[in-house]
Amino acid sequence: MFDFLDGYDVLGAFWMTVKLTALSAVGSLIWGTLLAAMRVSPVPLMRGFGTVYVNVVRNIPLTVIILFSSLGLADIFGMTMGSDDFAVQGFRLAVLSLVGYTAAFVCEAIRSGINTVPMGQAEAARAIGLSFSQTLTLIVLPQAFRSVIGPLANVLIALTKNTTVAAAIGVAEAAYLMKTMIENEAQTLLIGAVFAFGFVVLTLPTGLFLGWVSKRLAVKR
Amino acid sequence: MSSVLYDTPGPRAKRRNVLLSVVFTVLLALLVWWVWQKMDEKDQLTSALWKPFTESEAWTTYLLPGLENTLKAAALSMVIALPLGAVFGIARLSDHRWVRGAAGTVVEFFRAIPVLLLMLFANEFYARSTDVTSEDRPLYAVVTGLVLYNASVLAEVVRAGILSLPKGQTEAAYAIGLRKGQTMTSILLPQAVTAMLPAIVSQLVVIVKDTALGGVMLGFPELLNSRGTLAANYANVIPSFIVVAVMFIVLNFILTSFASWLERYLRRSKRSTGAVLGVEKVDDLNAAEVGGSYGTGAGGGGI
Repeated sequence: MFDFLDGYDVLGAFWMTVKLTALSAVGSLIWGTLLAAMRVSPVPLMRGFGTVYVNVVRNIPLTVIILFSSLGLADIFGMTMGSDDFAVQGFRLAVLSLVGYTAAFVCEAIRSGINTVPMGQAEAARAIGLSFSQTLTLIVLPQAFRSVIGPLANVLIALTKNTTVAAAIGVAEAAYLMKTMIENEAQTLLIGAVFAFGFVVLTLPTGLFLGWVSKRLAVKR
Repeated sequence: MSSVLYDTPGPRAKRRNVLLSVVFTVLLALLVWWVWQKMDEKDQLTSALWKPFTESEAWTTYLLPGLENTLKAAALSMVIALPLGAVFGIARLSDHRWVRGAAGTVVEFFRAIPVLLLMLFANEFYARSTDVTSEDRPLYAVVTGLVLYNASVLAEVVRAGILSLPKGQTEAAYAIGLRKGQTMTSILLPQAVTAMLPAIVSQLVVIVKDTALGGVMLGFPELLNSRGTLAANYANVIPSFIVVAVMFIVLNFILTSFASWLERYLRRSKRSTGAVLGVEKVDDLNAAEVGGSYGTGAGGGGI
């Protein structure tokens, strides 16, 4: 029944999806936290930059960003991302685009988490003489992170699904393989089911696990 | 000027802020200069590349028809997905376990898989099993993909809207002798729709952005796809990307602003007893149970 899978590296394609997701998740968590710190900082210029970045990037389709990274950054500006290999280049450009895009959503999630931290916490921190960066990194962010695991899990799941857009620049992940298979094989329905199942397997446990974690870690107030 | 995190600055803090501003400005200026330099180096700033956008031909032949197709696909998807979403949202609240379970499975399934897979599958399905002409097929496939995904997201929004209504509404409706269906259609749904209008409008942004997938993967002649044709004609890759990105930003910014205006307007007018579901809520709602407990399964924000 599943003979049509012969000759296709389905697991390899999903492994690519996982790699894209993991690298982009780490990158966007770092960049998104920095953006969130900028957006709440006392320096108006940084706040302005953060606001503009988030609002601009959120309103551009990810497809446009990823395609631009390939046709614009790589072809025109010659940004090779430290590799001559076309496949590696595509992968790194896709990660770069996904980080840039997802960070905007991570930033918004963390910012909403910062708003859940009670005023008194920061006031107490300032009262014992902590500076802005100390207040943020020692008092506010740790509490904010614990309260936004749920929303961040949503961003992570959306990121997992968004990695399929990398197929647009030829990164050999799941959607790319599905497109090839669906064009060459007759069992459209079964192929669709296999790939749909793959994504359910990737996203469902993530959602359930992080949902459980967010309940465990939520700051009880 | 003060917030949770910092006091109104004193003399030392003011000095430090000025210093930080200067450093940040310099860094930002360096970045802009570097980008400018790079663009100049690759001859992307020559007026010839930008000139097409000042003439009507580039707009009437490429960009505006592309925009029209983007809007057409987005509008069609919204119009079809909304009633479908309402049906599934209501079905998830059904008293009968098998209706509830079936609707829940369908909704969770279509939220868990990427829109792109749905589009690719729909495209192939239409090619093999129906006699949709090959010109129409991309539009059909894009709309099908978007409808399946967004109907399930909207189902959650509708469900959240209905659950946000006070229990007294249902009880009062039963007290005056309305049946279950009547209560839903004439009491609960109208109020729920009002409460979730902002969330529905902001879901449109997600739909508009996702139409671009059809342009790249299925050859649907929407805005991003028209950019390709345009750039092939005028050889202006970077400028065309910038113009198209700005068009998307403006379009989506209008939608976002409209959604927040609507939210404020509905809050003010206070015609319903239910809470207004905020624009930001829509991301959370995608995977969240109402009341803020997350992780019912694979959802993921509509981002």
